[in-house]
Amino acid sequence: MGHVAGYRIVVIGTSWGGLHALSVLVRGLPADFPLPLAIVQHRSRDSEGLLGELLQDETALRVSEVEDKEPILPGHVYVAPPDYHMLVDGAHFSLTVDPPVRFSRPSIDVTFISAASACGAGTVGVVLTGANEDGALGLRRIVECGGHGVVQDPATAEIGTMPAAARRAVPSAAVLPLEEIAAHLMQLATLAGAATVGPPWRSR
Amino acid sequence: MTLALPPVGYDPALERLEIELLLEGVFRHYGFDFRSYAYASLRRRVWKRIEAEGLSTVSALQERVLHDPDVMNQLLLDLSVNVTAMFRDPSFHAAFRRLVVPVLRTYPFIRVWHAGCSTGEEVYSMAIILEEEGLYERARIYATDINEIVLQQAKAGIFPLNRMQEYTENYIRAGGTRSFSEYYTAKYDGALFSPALLRNVVFAQHNLVTDRSFSEFNVILCRNVLIYFDKELQQRVHGLFYDSLATFGVLCLGSKESLKFSKYEDCFEVLSQTDKIYRKVK
Repeated sequence: MGHVAGYRIVVIGTSWGGLHALSVLVRGLPADFPLPLAIVQHRSRDSEGLLGELLQDETALRVSEVEDKEPILPGHVYVAPPDYHMLVDGAHFSLTVDPPVRFSRPSIDVTFISAASACGAGTVGVVLTGANEDGALGLRRIVECGGHGVVQDPATAEIGTMPAAARRAVPSAAVLPLEEIAAHLMQLATLAGAATVGPPWRSR
Repeated sequence: MTLALPPVGYDPALERLEIELLLEGVFRHYGFDFRSYAYASLRRRVWKRIEAEGLSTVSALQERVLHDPDVMNQLLLDLSVNVTAMFRDPSFHAAFRRLVVPVLRTYPFIRVWHAGCSTGEEVYSMAIILEEEGLYERARIYATDINEIVLQQAKAGIFPLNRMQEYTENYIRAGGTRSFSEYYTAKYDGALFSPALLRNVVFAQHNLVTDRSFSEFNVILCRNVLIYFDKELQQRVHGLFYDSLATFGVLCLGSKESLKFSKYEDCFEVLSQTDKIYRKVK
């Protein structure tokens, strides 16, 4: 785990039970958390805005629901809007209305794979509680590209199906209880902070 | 849609080079210009075609596309077709009735451009709104798309029957004043929409990337089309829309699109921030 310094983005996927898990996670992050955090939470088409507002109450980091071509900035929390796929596209997000992937739009796998493609070994993927297996393939792709995988300990998850699938797909992932994930991300992010003053070959 | 993934270990820099070469070849040989599409979503669609052809590299797809026009047609569908729905985002359509329709009432003649209309679901939606508001007789909707095949589907007006429940709910939440089933006839697994809804619609092929403005409009609708373009091309198309709108003309974008990052932002005032309805003011 964590063998490559210079993490550039954290992508997080969750479904059933996600609101509580995400609240705990962002509450644990310091106000100077230095990486962008992109969240994909399965939810209904009509739940516009609400998730972002609820998370904003838990953190000093700026939370926003993503609009197309929104720049990706450090220390911001980005939430995928309902009914769109969210792709990491270089220095910004692109949205698509391509068909749902295994009944999900946004799809966690789609976001994770785009992050792995755009940021390679600079990607950290986190799979939290959920009742389906979305995210497992995406997390595997992140790790195959040299990135780092984190999975909520299924025993501490409201529904363990999603993290258990991710752990099966990525046996090397760090498996942590929910309360410890924020501190773990902070550790990884501090490595990233060190890398920004490093040699230029890290930047792309 | 499948995940459409390159094999593990595929060099991202080489992949990008190959995709750029593919797009250059497609443009120079066939004239379709996808060179300024947003990379991340384009990449997904290219890999979908690579998988469907049973290939494993972008270069192999390029060879097939350049030598076989049928494969080019398939790729064109993959790259250009946008998924849509009737009354997608009901709150937008409700806001259109509330904020835009009262202004349109003051016009003797209303010209609407529906840019990137795909298979036509939202063209029928707009025709229904104008009909119910008593404005349709003095309106003309110009519905355009880059892709001739989807325009044929739009003209035929047959949509999957299994989506009608969703569309009916959307229609009600969008402020529909009648019974939605009045507008179509169910047949086998299709819903055939009343051809009368098309009496003031003109379908035409138009390419937002390469074609110019073709008239002056009171309303331009272009929802969830520009999200497939990169930022530079988006900006160029914002300029095309600006040039094509009459003063106080209305521009409607998708609910997660924005003029916020565009140099044309100051030329428009916001009528609805949440539903992305703008009015040209200078």
